[in-house]
Amino acid sequence: MVIEMVLELTREEQEMLDGKQGRATQKAMEIITALGEIYGAERLIPVSSVQIAGVSYHNLGEAGLEYLAEMAQDGRVRVLTTLNPAGMDLEEWKKHGISEEFARNQQRVIDAFAAMGVITTCTCTPYLIGNLPHYGEHIAWAESSAVCFANSVIGARTNREGGPSALAAALTGRTAEYGLHLDKNRLAQVTYEVEAELNGTDDFGLLGQVIGARTRKKIPYIRGILHATTEELKAFCASVATYGGVALFHMEGITPNRTPVPDDVGTVAQDDMDRAREELDDEGAEIDFISIGCPHASIKEIARIAELLDGKQVAEGKTVWITTARPTKDLAIKMGYYETIERAGAFLVSDACCAVAPLKGRFHGLMTDSAKACFYARGKNAFKTIIRDVEECLREATS
Amino acid sequence: MRFRGRKICKGKVVGEALVTSHDISFYGGCDPETGVIVEKGHELEGKSVAGKVLVFPTGKGSTVGSYVLYALKKAGRAPLAIVNRETDPVVAVGSIISEIPTVDSVPVEKIRTGQNVEVDADNGVVSILE
Repeated sequence: MVIEMVLELTREEQEMLDGKQGRATQKAMEIITALGEIYGAERLIPVSSVQIAGVSYHNLGEAGLEYLAEMAQDGRVRVLTTLNPAGMDLEEWKKHGISEEFARNQQRVIDAFAAMGVITTCTCTPYLIGNLPHYGEHIAWAESSAVCFANSVIGARTNREGGPSALAAALTGRTAEYGLHLDKNRLAQVTYEVEAELNGTDDFGLLGQVIGARTRKKIPYIRGILHATTEELKAFCASVATYGGVALFHMEGITPNRTPVPDDVGTVAQDDMDRAREELDDEGAEIDFISIGCPHASIKEIARIAELLDGKQVAEGKTVWITTARPTKDLAIKMGYYETIERAGAFLVSDACCAVAPLKGRFHGLMTDSAKACFYARGKNAFKTIIRDVEECLREATS
Repeated sequence: MRFRGRKICKGKVVGEALVTSHDISFYGGCDPETGVIVEKGHELEGKSVAGKVLVFPTGKGSTVGSYVLYALKKAGRAPLAIVNRETDPVVAVGSIISEIPTVDSVPVEKIRTGQNVEVDADNGVVSILE
């Protein structure tokens, strides 16, 4: 049998491909080497961390679940591997209106991942809860917002993986060396001068929308941002990846990667920001759903939300989801934030998010601080949307 | 006629070609239960890919498309083989997890719907048998 390979494999990698380390590993290695061939990689490189997407049963369906179950028969992850959000809170799903049937199927998905040794975090912000690579580290992450954060804010290196390719990287501990793993593909291509004033996660999401829509896949070099919190950067990452497919950006004075500054310069003015906001504000949106935590809320955000909701009551006919990772929820319980939030009639939902939960038909209008959440609420759930800062969202919820 | 391409996923089969000059998005563009192309305005709209040597330029769309190919396989509605000009990662991963013989780097415009085609993916060769 003739197999033409540009890729050079080590003996261990060849053994995996030949099936000497089990069926799941073999299939995983077939995926990794095929991608390497397509992109002209010369070799595979070890990865130290994996983030897997394609976890919600809502997206995966029965066939996706079957694939996972098949891989779980003898597949075992070789590196630290964490999971994207599921379609529901794995413990409190019932009170959030999730059906028994969905819950059963969702749990089967989680069980299949757990059987492979995946840490079933179920969050889009793995970097906030213990899957935190360092600068220059090669990793294989899916979840576009986390990919963007890892590449840009942390300076780790990953391509935008899909669900099966991320799992394949986890089962082999390898990825093919191409794309953003290589220095030459990480340099900025367009400069954006930001002349607008930015305040809060909603503004940073809108900036991501403006730059994403303009730059598409070109790597932006962003100037003029004097200060950004981790929460604002995670909002920017989510949005710029959603609206533009950006997997890496440079932000002067804030992100660690080195690059020459491109001569091609565009400006982002207050006007552009206002227009972006208008685009996400649907006329006649009747708000009955308020969601914060896309990407998953940090403990700092939750502390502030608890403060804002303290002594208030969510209005009748409105539902509030604050979505976060389970370890963050546990911390919120310990600190009394959970109690305050739930007493106000809002839900602190872990493991899930409003983009992947089965919510279609349950609500009409979403108010959120997240530009990314607006995109999925419209596209997948046919909700109308309004984007506001966190304070305004909670005011709407309680009035 | 014989084309020397590149193996994406192993296997060797003979079957009837279904050819399109349009790219295919399996997620949203192909019914995972029937194999019928449902994308509005697609050249193959209403046609089933099941059991065919499916010939198209390249894939497009969401990474969930890989799982759609897998669903087709499980439903017995998958293409017999795939021949592309350039296989995109979504289709490549889908072919591998579903074990659909796949070859790319083939001049797809030279193959006609209805022709009897041998796909020898192991050797990266596609032959029109007529």
